[in-house]
Amino acid sequence: MPVITYREALRHAMAEELDRDPNVLIMGEEVGQFNGAYKVTEGLLAKYGEKRVIDTPISEAGFIGLGIGASMLGLRPVMELMFFSFYSVAFDQIFNNAANMRYMSGGLINCPIVIRGPANGGTNVGATHSHTPESIAAYHPGIKVVVPSNGYDAKGLLKSAIRDNDPVLFMENTMLYGDTCEVPAEEYLIPLGSAKVMREGTDLSIIGHGRTIQMALKAAQTLEEKHGIKAEVIDLRSIRPLDEETILASVRKTNRVLLVEEAKPFCSVSAMIACIIQEKAFDHLDAPVRRLTSMDAPAIYCPPLEKEQLPTPQKIFTAALEVLK
Amino acid sequence: MRKLRRPEIALNSNHHPVSKKSPHTKRPDDSAPAYNARLAPINARLGQDEQIAFYRDMVRIRRFEERCLRAYQQGKIGGFLHLYIGQESLAVGCCSVMSKQDHIITAYRDHGHALGVGMSMNELMAENYGKYTGCSKGKGSSMHYFDPSRHFWGGHGIVGGQIPLGIGIAFALKYKGVKGACMAFMGDGAVNQGAVHESYNLAALWDLPVVFVIENNGYSMGTSQARSSAGPSLAQRAEGYGMSWDISENGHDVLEVRDKVSQALKRAHEEHKPTVLEIRTYRSRGHSIADPDTTYREKHEIEEYKRTKDPIMVYQNTLVAEGVLNDELIAKIDESARAEAETSAQFADQSPFPTVEDIKKDVYWETDNPADRKSVGTLFFD
Ligand SMILES: Cc1ncc(C[n+]2csc(CCOP(=O)(O)OP(=O)(O)O)c2C)c(N)n1
Ligand SMILES: [Mg+2]
Repeated sequence: MPVITYREALRHAMAEELDRDPNVLIMGEEVGQFNGAYKVTEGLLAKYGEKRVIDTPISEAGFIGLGIGASMLGLRPVMELMFFSFYSVAFDQIFNNAANMRYMSGGLINCPIVIRGPANGGTNVGATHSHTPESIAAYHPGIKVVVPSNGYDAKGLLKSAIRDNDPVLFMENTMLYGDTCEVPAEEYLIPLGSAKVMREGTDLSIIGHGRTIQMALKAAQTLEEKHGIKAEVIDLRSIRPLDEETILASVRKTNRVLLVEEAKPFCSVSAMIACIIQEKAFDHLDAPVRRLTSMDAPAIYCPPLEKEQLPTPQKIFTAALEVLK
Repeated sequence: MRKLRRPEIALNSNHHPVSKKSPHTKRPDDSAPAYNARLAPINARLGQDEQIAFYRDMVRIRRFEERCLRAYQQGKIGGFLHLYIGQESLAVGCCSVMSKQDHIITAYRDHGHALGVGMSMNELMAENYGKYTGCSKGKGSSMHYFDPSRHFWGGHGIVGGQIPLGIGIAFALKYKGVKGACMAFMGDGAVNQGAVHESYNLAALWDLPVVFVIENNGYSMGTSQARSSAGPSLAQRAEGYGMSWDISENGHDVLEVRDKVSQALKRAHEEHKPTVLEIRTYRSRGHSIADPDTTYREKHEIEEYKRTKDPIMVYQNTLVAEGVLNDELIAKIDESARAEAETSAQFADQSPFPTVEDIKKDVYWETDNPADRKSVGTLFFD
């Protein structure tokens, strides 16, 4: 199987969908002539031309809204936000228009749009560029939220997102773009809403999404090597729809839970999952559910301190030992 | 409202589209003397010291930026670094005409403005290094400098996001009865943000003392003005809001910038009227350090600007011809700017980082001033 980067996996997903469906198009700042600020769309303009790969001015509210409007007529725009942080410029379009359109029209209209881009900290780009808005997005009924942690999932999930008939916010990670893994050259789809057991274990469940999964896998390795602890690592992959069954099955098996995520703690995805676990698997818990999130402050620039603010494999390791105490 | 008339000047440079003749502009008759920024009231009686100061301030920005670049390459600076090289005449020209009551706000390409209002290289370089001695305690980064004591309100990373703040500052000045104005800077890419247009309307509707300064360097990242902006010129969009507008075609000329922006400030001070001022310039480096700068513009275009319009070179030539500068003085100014930049790098290097405890400070006014706290309940969650 070919070994390719996360960014190539995303590109392949887009290329395959561009080939398959003439209604699919790519739009965003610097996606075409500049080949993408992070080179995710590299080569797509050359291959598919200006009708299907479109550079926009810096007008997020305008072009995201345009994409939503075009999707109402059946186009399937795949919109790039150079940084997901810029979603806030288009907030009204996404959360008033895309999220509510189907409901307010009594089901007459749907918005098959994908809005994708990197949503992460860790690269010292400061508070304005480091938002992790998955809980804010998933809060809105009508919106789907997907966060792939590796290239294989990125490709299969993005293809499903493009074919989905609802608006999907697809959150990537600049720190993962260069990561490589085996990704089939042939077509495959990963349904939205299916979590993945990344590592099997019996002593505790570490549940998260995005880059923290890569950290959790490292922490699980250390737990095993140093203490013989078998941690199960669950990658949610999709926040809404959410694979409650896989989460609960793991809790029933291990009886101990550590939730990890890069976002801030208040009203976050992990807060929601902790709630679900206590509602639906309380009797299976041998210890309180613990969470490891970023420190509760805007993203600091200072490079060494940004590392402190964010989760690390070491912090996950320590938090896991706490859960097992 | 009085409309500003401006002569139509076709650009010979290749990076800006030639402005189309607008129905509102008149060509000056041939007998009229050519525009000469030197004769403008703001420039007519400049002393040698002032002229040298403008020159020195541009050189200081250049040397600071070059030192930043080196620090970035040495791994001392993280994240983004957007250099101001090639645009020095704008920040220096604009800041040099600010009155004590005037304020400024800009985007992330903010080093020139920060130095222009008198912030020290030390606090800026330390900020770039993420150090506690930085102007924002290492929390903000190169993109987010602030110094309210010098009326410098940032340093903003979201394209166009600072412009509503700029008219808010102008609103507050007018509300308080202060005879001051706000210069709100943006790039040629920012003009396409909705927030900018909403701000234009509010400023014109409510007669706010603001100067919208468009630093038109021809590109927003890898996108040329022609590929991003409709209409004959960026400034002319002001007409839709009944706002005065003007273009400084020769933004590399610090004296022209001074003249144009001082006219707009006068309008703000005396009539509380906003102006859109587009200043044509060029960035001699890539968008940020990460930009390889090879795909969207021709090398010769960059070289041509550096050869013919580099603001420091142009002003140096002028001042040498006028006998204000000589080789010795030029070398001295350069030497001292280099030394100042080098010292700032050492200062930054030797300064401490903030501590882990600092991460949660400066989030809420109340937690920073616990004695004055009036709200109750939990503010931070872990
Ligand atoms: C809302 C938003 N969209 C996109 C970006 C990414 N971005 C940063 S700078 C930039 C180009 C801006 O160009 P311009 O306004 O001309 O300013 P210049 O960089 O030339 O000074 C872009 C697209 C951003 N920071 N904020
Ligand atoms: Mg520009």
